[in-house]
Amino acid sequence: MPTFTYMTRCDGCGQCVDICPSDIMHIDPVTRRSYNTEPNFCWECYACVKACPQHAIDVRGYADFAPLGHSVRVLREEAKGTISWKIRYRDGRVKEFTFPIRTTPWGSIKPPSDYEAPDANDLSSPMLAHEPAALKVATLPTLPPFEQKKG
Amino acid sequence: MGLFSSGKTRFVDSDILIIGGGFGGCGAAYESRYWGRNLNIVIVEKANIERSGAVAQGLSAINCYMGMQWDENQPDDFVRYARGDLMGLVREDLIFDIARHVDATVHKFEEWGLPILKDPKTGRYMREGKWQIMIHGESYKPIIAEAARKSATKVYNRIMVTHLLMDRARPNRVAGAVGFNVRDGNFYVFRAKAVIVGAGGASHIYRPRAVGEGMGRTWYAPWSSASAYGLLIPTGAKMIQMENKIVLARFKDGYGPVGAWFLLLKSYATNAYGEKYEASWFDQIKSLVGKYADTKPMPTCLRNHAMIGEMKAGKGPIYMQTQEGLDTKEKEETGWEDFLDMTISQAVVWASQNIDPKEKPSELTLSEPYVMGSHATCSGAWVSGPEDLAPEDYQWGYNRMTTVEGLFGAGDTVGGSAHKFSSGSFTEGRLAGKSAVKYVMDLKDDAPQVDEAQIKKLKELIFRPLENYQVGRNEIVAGTVAPGYITPLQGLQRLEKLMDEYVGGYSTFYITNEPLLNRALELIGMLTEDLEHIGAEDLHQLQRAWELHHRVLTAEAVARHTLFRQETRWPGYYYRADHPKLDDAEWHVFTASEYDAKTGDWRMSKLPVHHIIK
Ligand SMILES: Cc1cc2nc3c(=O)[nH]c(=O)nc-3n(C[C@H](O)[C@H](O)[C@H](O)COP(=O)(O)OP(=O)(O)OC[C@H]3O[C@@H](n4cnc5c(N)ncnc54)[C@H](O)[C@@H]3O)c2cc1C
Ligand code: SF4
Ligand code: SF4
Repeated sequence: MPTFTYMTRCDGCGQCVDICPSDIMHIDPVTRRSYNTEPNFCWECYACVKACPQHAIDVRGYADFAPLGHSVRVLREEAKGTISWKIRYRDGRVKEFTFPIRTTPWGSIKPPSDYEAPDANDLSSPMLAHEPAALKVATLPTLPPFEQKKG
Repeated sequence: MGLFSSGKTRFVDSDILIIGGGFGGCGAAYESRYWGRNLNIVIVEKANIERSGAVAQGLSAINCYMGMQWDENQPDDFVRYARGDLMGLVREDLIFDIARHVDATVHKFEEWGLPILKDPKTGRYMREGKWQIMIHGESYKPIIAEAARKSATKVYNRIMVTHLLMDRARPNRVAGAVGFNVRDGNFYVFRAKAVIVGAGGASHIYRPRAVGEGMGRTWYAPWSSASAYGLLIPTGAKMIQMENKIVLARFKDGYGPVGAWFLLLKSYATNAYGEKYEASWFDQIKSLVGKYADTKPMPTCLRNHAMIGEMKAGKGPIYMQTQEGLDTKEKEETGWEDFLDMTISQAVVWASQNIDPKEKPSELTLSEPYVMGSHATCSGAWVSGPEDLAPEDYQWGYNRMTTVEGLFGAGDTVGGSAHKFSSGSFTEGRLAGKSAVKYVMDLKDDAPQVDEAQIKKLKELIFRPLENYQVGRNEIVAGTVAPGYITPLQGLQRLEKLMDEYVGGYSTFYITNEPLLNRALELIGMLTEDLEHIGAEDLHQLQRAWELHHRVLTAEAVARHTLFRQETRWPGYYYRADHPKLDDAEWHVFTASEYDAKTGDWRMSKLPVHHIIK
């Protein structure tokens, strides 16, 4: 099954349940730990893997086409603004990569209502918020009126 | 009454209701808040907007950026490109509108913290191709979601929206939507003055190539459940180009995208014998589509056509020759990041099959078809165009409003505006958001009223699959086979099989014809009847049941449009064997449908394609 949960690492916190876009990570009522209830609806998107504070979730590639013995592990560190990957091949080779994920502090986006309120008349113009400045060109491009063929 | 169908009814009032917090929905939230400071703006989402929609795992490129600040491209160049790729048939007004605004959107993304790669020599954004720029996009969705959360009055996660509500007095006006909470089973009634649908495109209309555990590894996400179309069609909103499904050339099984590999890393495709085959198909393609064969760059569907030809001729596997392009450490990292940012499964495939792209080529394949509106394809709703430049018959009031009053669309929802991708979908959400604010302001006190009787009926209907299961389950000992109901998965697999076999899926090499389509419609009709007998074991399966409803209705639209268009406009996406050539004299038009939910009738028509750009 695409994702699975290690029994000894999961503490049942539910973060994976909360994030899964496919709604397939559920808490097993008997063990109080999470598991993938519908592996054939898993996209291997790793959203749950990245979100798990205990690193309890891993992926075993789809049985239809992925031979055993591989692993693709991830560590996403929001405070550092990075994501790190460790890829282990079936034949034992290893590759490691780290990439940035964000250049600004989390939570720092300025809400649209913190900008000065636009003039009500501009509601009828084709201009969107922060334009034309945000376009970084002087004017918003337009076209001459379209002459419809008659008849 | 079933175990969960006794759930409470919750009413939520808003000025603007946004259905689906993906790229279109998040853009709509941001812009409607900017213009509508005092409005009540609500997002309702079936998953969690932090990681929902097609961008849940991230992206490695922004595929729509003009670069007007450096005079790299202008909006009219982009219209020509999209028009060429779609074999002449696009809404040029909508595409121009997105192109002229999209740079501002991308500049905002960068300001918010999305890392965009820069060319060290020029300081400009690093280009992957003419229209694409490279990003470190693992957190693309969480960043966009942060902006949306700060814009909306409230975000309701984990509510599956099942139906739109119409005004009691004016049947062609939207009044809100209903759905249920997937966690607690409560029934939600959203009453709104304007509704923006950003519920995304469709996977799993056709049988995917992996049918076991791997069926979830479709190219478009398995949660792209056709809701954008499934919600709109029953309102009678006019839909266009539903036959224009897309088939994608992708790395085999993992479905890793090929853009960065072809454009940036200079990989190339060959057949099994090392031959670069594409050019050798030119004359044959020309005999099918005439002048369109000369389009530069070669349209996506025609490149598929060449690959299909090679595969049929027994020259597979088709390979992506990746080795030479990965000659430096940086390029190797770029190649891997491309997948680790947006299709991690491809890395899993490589690791499991001992493929190092630096050393060996990787197989390519053609996917099952998808129905969507934001990629190299443009199925979706017929919407009003921008007031300042849309031809007269393309506008009826508010930009991005469908033919239903007060009902707007963005992203995959909107038809005719191909190639918008993530940045363009967000931009289209912004356009719809601003328009919806104007619509709400203009309404003044003339707010729509929901119909209590309609709501009561819908509540019963929505929870019925739970009851079907409870009743039916008592008849059998155990297992999944029951005489009285089928599970959502069983229904889905029936749909996928028939679409694959009759409506041009991969098993027929994408070929269909009139008799096959008529047979498909018969079988879809019976499946639609059987949907009344879906049994859902729990709330999660209830979500699957309604996703299936949306998919089946969308599939019927696909079959009807495919039947209506008597030509083969996009060889490589699908073939009408009974009309094997492109026919500009009859079919240089959009196909349109309007569904009547009361009678079940579909009204098909042609709509003109205006070329506003030379
Ligand atoms: C593998 C892959 C690679 C891609 N590569 C690129 C790329 O490199 N560059 C690029 O720019 N674009 C790329 N795209 C395209 C881009 O992701 C889409 O064009 C864009 O996300 C479409 O936006 P949308 O708002 O229409 O849909 P989505 O972003 O999918 O949003 C739809 C939202 O609606 C919600 N929803 C659906 N149904 C319901 C319902 N019934 N009730 C409530 N909520 C619902 C979903 O959960 C989701 O949040 C790629 C897509 C994929 C899948
Ligand atoms: S997030 Fe991790 S620890 Fe929490 S329930 Fe899921 S698997 Fe268990
Ligand atoms: S990988 Fe994605 S789809 Fe699969 S269980 Fe985790 S969050 Fe859900």
